[in-house]
This record gives sequence, structure tokens and C-alpha cells, in this order.
Amino acid sequence: MTTLPAPSSSLSTRRLTLIVALCAVAWVAAYNLIQPLADWISYSALNLPQDSRLGEALAFFLYDVPKILLLLSGMVFLISIVRSFFSPERTRALLGGKREGVGNVLAALLGIVTPFCSCSAVPLFIGFVEAGIPLGVTFSFLIAAPTINEVAIVMLLGLFGVKVAGLYIASGLSIAILAGWIIGRLKMERFVEDFVWKVQRSGQAVEEKLTWGQRITQAATSVKEIVGKVWLYVVVGIAIGAGIHGYVPESALVSIMGKQSWWSVPAAVLLGIPLYSNAAGMIPIVSALLEKGASLGTALAFMMSVIGLSLPEAVILRRVLKLPLLITFFSVIAIAIMLTGFLFNWIL
Amino acid sequence: MLTIKILGSGCENCKRLAWLAERAVEHLGVEAQVVKVTDYAEMMQYNIMSTPGLVVNEKLVSAGKLPSEAQIATWLTDALQAA
Repeated sequence: MTTLPAPSSSLSTRRLTLIVALCAVAWVAAYNLIQPLADWISYSALNLPQDSRLGEALAFFLYDVPKILLLLSGMVFLISIVRSFFSPERTRALLGGKREGVGNVLAALLGIVTPFCSCSAVPLFIGFVEAGIPLGVTFSFLIAAPTINEVAIVMLLGLFGVKVAGLYIASGLSIAILAGWIIGRLKMERFVEDFVWKVQRSGQAVEEKLTWGQRITQAATSVKEIVGKVWLYVVVGIAIGAGIHGYVPESALVSIMGKQSWWSVPAAVLLGIPLYSNAAGMIPIVSALLEKGASLGTALAFMMSVIGLSLPEAVILRRVLKLPLLITFFSVIAIAIMLTGFLFNWIL
Repeated sequence: MLTIKILGSGCENCKRLAWLAERAVEHLGVEAQVVKVTDYAEMMQYNIMSTPGLVVNEKLVSAGKLPSEAQIATWLTDALQAA
């Protein structure tokens, strides 16, 4: 691999460190001010009664929106710094020569930390397969990478807490490992488009040495990019969630989204497929539904389907996968998500 | 004469990279041809794993991100000197 010289950064590292430290202090201060401020606006400034529906919904909205946006900015920044130590090229090198099994586990774990955009799914797929990484291991990566993403983790942490976020990550990982392993066992190599096997790479991959200044600048850019892309969904989602929180009666949803109705899990998975890219907006709504009697297994299955099963990605992958493999890929993930939903409805 | 290739399936960042490259060429006042490569088989010859990719005179200089115009200008000048 060629090593590119690091271009000199316009800001000195010391100044950048200072800026980051100041931002961190401002962040902590703001985070601690949200709750009193939201209560003050709703109950004192607007003088709404403490137990009124409107007051409750408004306080909920005014607290959750800044909280989630702050969490999102902070976490996306930290995750981007971690990700700057990984690259698809490095992940491919780490996965090369690993057996199936171990390879599936490693691929799923690397899927969390490797920077990934579904628009690059095809070059990544070809790059992996052509380097001799088994098909099943490649799929474990391609399932974990979009499913366990920073936006979903932050929204789950902020709105559901550590336990649900942890369950989500653990199920996402298990699904990626298991589904990848199953696809590997099915020996479907002949359903990969023929041109993929004929690709000859001649050039050298780029590998950059980054300075801390560049990592920080890049992380700040991704905060701007990601928060800029999802903030509106977050606001609208929390507004709907706040409405549900204030106006829908307790346990209204037990009969349709509760544990007793088995069909709610497959229905949630099906409903989640067309809602792709609205994960940031869907999670606050699901969080409010959960409060009103929806069961956790159904809610998790729904969110995983919204985030992990995406039609645009299927269209992109069709360029390298023949239809039988593409359908198998989607069905295996959908079934795995449903099983996870049933499992959590049963044990929790 | 430089040959600049933008590797990418037409995603938003690919278009932005093409625009940045064209601007860099214009500001440097060099002669260059900017080609968009959207065919995956051709793209993969450059050993790229994330798009958009930037190729200057058949050498891959950037992959999976949007470099600044100044950075692109440096790569173009380097390529001119090497030629």
C-alpha cells in the first residue's frame, strides 16, 4: 500500500484540543440545563398545569429534542474518532484468511466500527469477495454495518436506556453472525454476478496516515453531516411521540402490539421494510408506543426491520447478486429478526 | 494533459467530488479531462472499496471521502510534476 503524506492541517493541534475541550464543557452544561429549562417553559412561562395533557406533552418534547440532538452530536463525534482508526481496506486485511465461524464473528464486530455507507456496498462486496473472503463472512459484515449504526445506538440510548440499546446491539450482532453463517452454508457462490469473479485489481489501495488534528476535523465534519441530515426526522418523530405520550391512554396498545398477539412480530417486520431511512424519526415513536403497552420484542423487531432491511440497499446489491441470492439474503435476515422479536417477547 | 477519473455510482458525494475536481482544474489553469466512471467492473480495477474515488493519471489518490479542493489541487500538481 502507498502511504500518502499527511497534508498539513490549517489549525494547530493545540488550538483544536482547546476547541474540543470548550465544546465538551458547553455540552455538559447544556445537557444539565435541558430538564429545568423544559419544565420552566412548560409549567412557569406558559403556565400550563403540571398534570395537563398539553403540559406533559410539551415538557416531554422540549426535553427530548435537545437531549437527543446533544447526545447525537457528542456520540457521532466520539464514534467518528474511533472509526478514523478503521477503514474498509484495513478490515479486508483483517478478515483475509479467516475461517468461517471465527470470520463471521469478526466480520460482524468490524461491521460496527468500520466506516460504511450503503452507497459503497457494491465496491465493498467486490473487494471482499475478490480478496478471497468467504461469501458468508462478507454478508455478516454487510448485515452488521448498516444495522448497528451510530444514529440508531444514540437514539436507543437516549430514549430507551442502556438495557434496550445493549439488547439491540447484541441481537444485531447475533443476527449478522448467524445469517452470514447460514448463507455461507447454502453455498450460493454461483448466484453472485459473474463479472465479480473476473475483476482484476491492478492498482494499489490508498492508505492514509492521519494526524489527530485531521481525525478531529473529520469527526466534526461527520457531526455536521449526520446531524444536518437527521435532525428534522428527530424533531418530527419526537413531536409525534410526545403526542402519543400525552394523549394516548395507558395500555391502549396491549391488544394489538402486546405479547399475546403473535402476529404483531411479523407485521412489525413487514411494516418496517418500506420505512427505511426514517430510523431517526421512528425510534421516538416506538419509544412512546412501548409506554402504552407495546411489547419490547415487537418494538425491537420493528426497529431492526426499519434500520436493517432496506429496499434501496437491495436495489444496489442487485448489481452484484443474482435474484435467488438477493432473496435468500433478505429472507434470512427477516426471519432472524422475527425470531429475535419472538424470543424477547417470550423471555422478557 | 491530466486525466482525472471520478469513481462512483452517481451518489451525491460522487457528484460533489466531480464538481470539486473541475473547480480545482479551473483554478490551477491546467489542461485536464474529467471522466466519470460508473461501471463497477471498471471501477474495481483501481482497487477501491468505498466511493467516491479519485484517480489522477491512472493512480488512485483518494477513496471513500470528499477531499478539499486544496487537497485535490496538490494531487494534480504532483501528477503534473511526475509526468
